Amino acid sequence: MAVEVRIPTILRTYTGGAKAVDGTGATLAEVIQDVESGHPGIKDRLIEGADLRRFINVYVNDEDVRFLDGLDTAVTDGDVVVVLPAVAGG
Amino acid sequence: MWSVRSTRARRGASGTYPCQVLRIAQPLLDEIVAHARRDHPDEACGIVAGAEGTDQPRRVIPMLNAERSPTFFRFDSTEQLKVWRELDDRDEVPVVIYHSHTATEAYPSRTDIGLAAEPDAHYVIVSTAECGKSKGPVECRSFRIVEGVITEEEVEVT
Repeated sequence: MAVEVRIPTILRTYTGGAKAVDGTGATLAEVIQDVESGHPGIKDRLIEGADLRRFINVYVNDEDVRFLDGLDTAVTDGDVVVVLPAVAGG
Repeated sequence: MWSVRSTRARRGASGTYPCQVLRIAQPLLDEIVAHARRDHPDEACGIVAGAEGTDQPRRVIPMLNAERSPTFFRFDSTEQLKVWRELDDRDEVPVVIYHSHTATEAYPSRTDIGLAAEPDAHYVIVSTAECGKSKGPVECRSFRIVEGVITEEEVEVT
């Protein structure tokens, strides 16, 4: 499944400045792995251990994947994945 | 009614960014301070949007603090996506990202530094520690936070 992955400013160092890259996979985890193969290092900024990093928001078709199936969230052709660092602090 | 504490950048003017000053209109600062007072003792948070490439804050967008906490804030993820998309559509960026400290000074905490993810934004912190919900002195300071390095900048109220 081919999906578009939108990359936030702070991670565009991994994508040569590109605001969006293509990825393929049946789940979000597979898409991230695919993006990693073309843009090494980006996966580590998104995933820690077996989960998404706590302060990274990922949306599939505008839905926060934390309210879906997390990294196991299914994706299909034409879906849009958006990555946004959470705005947070203390 | 309240005062801006405007401090010269401590690290000098040799930073990455040409603009070591936040220029912001009084009514926008008033809105930020009013939001901070309203939400006290919880931390308030939000952004001031402005046209991309101008570094000029134009409209305050108060955000929900999904944590509803006196010591922590986090934008609600669904609201953040909605607002970020709206900014994109209008060719705007979050020129300012603001939040309040309700018991401590207006200086970035370790958490603020660790989680700062917008290198182009002015991080404005308002402290309501002294005034609480009532009228009284409010400390308001602005910083750049890039890769863990804090650079305080002057606040010029226009």
